[in-house]
Amino acid sequence: MDAEIALRVDGQRRTLSVDTRTTLLDALRERLGVISPKKGCDHGQCGACTVLLDGRRVTSCLTLAVAHDEAEVTTAEGLAEGDRPHPVQQAFLEHDGFQCGYCTPGQVCSAVGMLDEVKAGWPSHVTENLEEEPDLDEEEIRERMSGNLCRCGAYTNIVSAIREAAE
Amino acid sequence: MKPFDYERADDTDGAIATVSDDPTATYLGGGTNLVDHMKLGVAEPGKLVDITKLPYDFVETLPDGRVSVGATVRNSELAASHVIRQSYPMLAQALLAGASGQLRNLATTGGNLVQRTRCAYFQDPGTPCNKREPGSGCSALEGWNRHHAILGASEHCVATHPSDMAVALAALDATVVVRGSEGQRRIPVTELHRLPGDEPERDTVLEHGELITSVELPAPSDSARSAYRKVRERASYAFALVSVAAVVEVDEGTVRDARIALGGVAHKPWRAEAAERELRGAPATEENFRRAAEAELEQAEALRDNAFKIPMTRNTLCAVLRELTREDRA
Amino acid sequence: MTDVLTEDPGRAPQRLDGPDKVAGTARYAFEQPVDGPRYLHLVQAGIARGRVTGTDTSAAEALPGVHTVLTHENAEKVNAGGELAVLQSPEVAFRGQVIGAVLAETPEIAAHAAGLVEVTYERHPHEATFGADDHRAQSPDTSSPMVTEDLDQGDVDAALEAAEYTVDVTYATPPEHNNPMEPHATVAVWEQGELTLYDSNQGPYVVRDVLAPIFGLDPERVHVVSPHVGGGFGSKGMPHAHVVATVMAARLTPGRPVKCALTRAQMFPLVGYRPPGFQRIRLGADATGRLVATEHSALEQSSRLAEYAEQSAGASRDMYVSPNRRITNRVVALDVPVPTWMRAPGEAGGMYALESAVDEMAQACGMDPIEFRVHNEPDTAPTSGRPFSSRNLVTCLRRGAERFGWAERDPRPGVRREGDWLVGTGVAAASFPSFTIPGSVATVGYADGYYRVEIAASDIGTGARTALTQIAAEALEVPLSAVRLHLGSTAQPKASLAGGSSGTASWGTAIVQAARAFRAEHGEHPPEGAETTTKSEPDPEAGTYAMNAYGAQFAEVRVHADTGEVRVPRLLGVFAAGRVVNARTARSQFAGGMTMGLSMALHEHGVVDERFGHVVNNDFAGYHIAAHADVGSVEVDWIDEHDPHVNPMGTKGIGEVGIVGVAAAIGNAAHHATGVRVRELPLTPEKFLTGR
Repeated sequence: MDAEIALRVDGQRRTLSVDTRTTLLDALRERLGVISPKKGCDHGQCGACTVLLDGRRVTSCLTLAVAHDEAEVTTAEGLAEGDRPHPVQQAFLEHDGFQCGYCTPGQVCSAVGMLDEVKAGWPSHVTENLEEEPDLDEEEIRERMSGNLCRCGAYTNIVSAIREAAE
Repeated sequence: MKPFDYERADDTDGAIATVSDDPTATYLGGGTNLVDHMKLGVAEPGKLVDITKLPYDFVETLPDGRVSVGATVRNSELAASHVIRQSYPMLAQALLAGASGQLRNLATTGGNLVQRTRCAYFQDPGTPCNKREPGSGCSALEGWNRHHAILGASEHCVATHPSDMAVALAALDATVVVRGSEGQRRIPVTELHRLPGDEPERDTVLEHGELITSVELPAPSDSARSAYRKVRERASYAFALVSVAAVVEVDEGTVRDARIALGGVAHKPWRAEAAERELRGAPATEENFRRAAEAELEQAEALRDNAFKIPMTRNTLCAVLRELTREDRA
Repeated sequence: MTDVLTEDPGRAPQRLDGPDKVAGTARYAFEQPVDGPRYLHLVQAGIARGRVTGTDTSAAEALPGVHTVLTHENAEKVNAGGELAVLQSPEVAFRGQVIGAVLAETPEIAAHAAGLVEVTYERHPHEATFGADDHRAQSPDTSSPMVTEDLDQGDVDAALEAAEYTVDVTYATPPEHNNPMEPHATVAVWEQGELTLYDSNQGPYVVRDVLAPIFGLDPERVHVVSPHVGGGFGSKGMPHAHVVATVMAARLTPGRPVKCALTRAQMFPLVGYRPPGFQRIRLGADATGRLVATEHSALEQSSRLAEYAEQSAGASRDMYVSPNRRITNRVVALDVPVPTWMRAPGEAGGMYALESAVDEMAQACGMDPIEFRVHNEPDTAPTSGRPFSSRNLVTCLRRGAERFGWAERDPRPGVRREGDWLVGTGVAAASFPSFTIPGSVATVGYADGYYRVEIAASDIGTGARTALTQIAAEALEVPLSAVRLHLGSTAQPKASLAGGSSGTASWGTAIVQAARAFRAEHGEHPPEGAETTTKSEPDPEAGTYAMNAYGAQFAEVRVHADTGEVRVPRLLGVFAAGRVVNARTARSQFAGGMTMGLSMALHEHGVVDERFGHVVNNDFAGYHIAAHADVGSVEVDWIDEHDPHVNPMGTKGIGEVGIVGVAAAIGNAAHHATGVRVRELPLTPEKFLTGR
């Protein structure tokens, strides 16, 4: 069953027809040709499909496109300002925070969303005192980024990249 | 995935009527479990009624001091809510121990409660499962059951409930507010989930069409200490092997009250009433903690792969109680 | 010599494909733009052994948007064996085998229709698991070049009898699944007798060379395009069944591309895995702690459909002195999917067992595990007597010991506690052979002020695109920016696959030789359009020397006293791997291997259900790989090693040695922390709960 929806993807309004079954991830990749979010597991278990949906990081594989008519979607591709990569992306380049690159756009979006969550004062599982502003040390970054798997094992470089970008 | 109709609900009664009248219809919240099940072929709804725009996105303190949490509040928002962090830190801890940042941004309070077991056989339509297909048999009973129940299981199903949040709510004595075509009812969270018995296909006492609209937390206690401890082999982004939610009140070295719920050990968040009975009025000593844990676990039954859960639960419960009753604890 | 090579990670060039990868615009197989694609979804066997007696495709075919349902009854006959004989017969050899495929207009329709295909079977009894002393064990087919024959030097039994100290232990390892983040995918276009595959693989020419004869095609008419590959770790080294099925579908619909991506669950039975196994190790040492006997017997799973024989016991051939030595590899063929290479095949499991047993032996001798290894360091390769081209294991151990703070270590197990955590440290050695595969072809051309270098190499995340550009720039003595390197397609000249850590060595050799020939032919100032193509020659010294990369792995492990949870706050690896081309990407690759080793040590375990014959935990929620929170400090160091024998660049492979020994170092550290010796991977909490 098809439905007409509109999405604002990386700043551009796009209208499209989707099967009600189409996930936000497949709508982006197969209907709109936006390939930046990746399909790594399709079950919310790897984080490669992470996008910012109305500003929040989410796994786009577990949400239906039809439920997000008129939503704002930002992918890693849309984070750059023109030719200038986003500071998180720049830090990934400098710290070699990736190898095969497949989990990378998801890691980048997740990091950007996560930094906003920290700014908003959100605690994490490893935050000692839930009532204080979290201090974004390596342990905090690791916990908050754990929804993004990387099989190449670039974790330590990703953490240093995010540390630098957070400063 | 089978084709289905999608509707966004504008009002609660309309949504309830739509789902109640259509046996193939179901509510869609964050989708993190339902959409997954639809992909796996575990759920095949004919209609989804999206309730995320209904007016249940609130965390409010009621005049009598209780706190009401709307059913569509995202898990991440709930964990970050100041009133939860201040007054129910154990609930925030449990929420933050679950899933990942991305999933918590999607998952809702109501959806978290009605999420289904992660039993690998339940999730694989290629294998028998009484929960998915009543009467087909339980593959986990003689199969891979490392993550399965040691308490309250039946010969028909040995699955565990996967939620962290619900375990904390059980220890907090929360109440679930439910609306259906017959009106509203209130269910203690400890009575929301069922044991499998001979109807493992029914996870909860909810009837088709009933919608969780909010969860109410009793007014916070100033003297109680609480903690949520989740044991898992991966340090994050993993379901619990065992978890313990505990609220204790200690007065001069004696346990005045204890409310304990266990996760990862049963078909529902397991309220450890036997342990609580042992603890109430008893000196807060290692020996008594152990006695309490053993009283609770007396009824435990291990399967092929999960015998470790018995000592793991005992040790974890003792460790949590030890930590909560430390004299120097603020 | 230019400054394109540097040992300083901070100054080493960043990945040339980095900007595209951080934006997500680098195109992987499934993302190649094609017009009007159809989607293929596979149908899999629901039994482990038997035959398909009937396939009812009517419900699937009745769905609007379904083009074709392929089954063994209507699929074209192809010339293939083993797992690639897709839809050629009704026989089912393992659960999850491809028994059909649905071609449809959208992915949603294809997936839905695949679920509507009704299959009936005649079930035959199957076998899917085995034990340490399995009577079904057999010698592998040693005619395969991948398989080595048994080794029996001296008199192991007599030496063990006479030894002062002995260890007799068996280590078990589970099935492990490569699980690259990019699921295997292929897009096939069949048009006017030409087949184009946008495919995720570790060698475009391997795919062409395998696929062309299967379909009776002239290899020149098969084009494989794979500019970016999202990891492989061995599982993309050879094409798997889905590629054959996709080509079959494409040949039914000329001009219409067919896209097929495996689901994560489908990857478990369909793209290979590291086979489970049991390794018995018997060691004997004299009163000084010198090894007098080494026996390593490996028993590993294979498939009745096609043999795959892991060579885990080979790890003990040349590692330490031992005048008496017996090495055997055995397999048990079961009704299971065919295993394949997974990062350091043989060494990863073999060195886990050997290096754990060596730790036990050192303890039995009352020696420090580093001193024990140094004491047993051979001068020449023990089994062949060949000299080592270079061997700096002892240097790695010594430098690692210093950096790790080994000297302060109290050797007693189970005596350190910090809060609720028992703390320990461990060490293990790493070794992986250095392969330089001859026969890769490279073209160097000059036009528009740039040097164009072409070679059908693969960058599966290794950084090959960057490292090869550096090698070309160095060989041509020009700045990096003057070189344009093209790889990842059969549009370029033939190259070996990305496997066995041989890429940089093999492709780099081809590039260096082509660059030298280009300069010889065209001089320092080549004319516009100048071009030279050469094929790399075998290393004249191959066979003269034993060539291996080495490393020393150190781990700090914490085990929770109440729950048995295991955490690894610190890993240190010190490697001797020849010359490092790009310190930035090399460090990442070593760290990546170590991280996968940590994952292997703590988490990875494909659980086979004997009743059904499949891996039950076939997703990332059930099959855990290390997540961010599992990985603490991972320090990487290497020694300045100059090996004039391995190849013209002096490089050894670095992709695999990083994983080797990590699981042993972690297991040894866990024992040091707790006093509990776990001889079965992964090191899950319950294994440390005994008696607590």
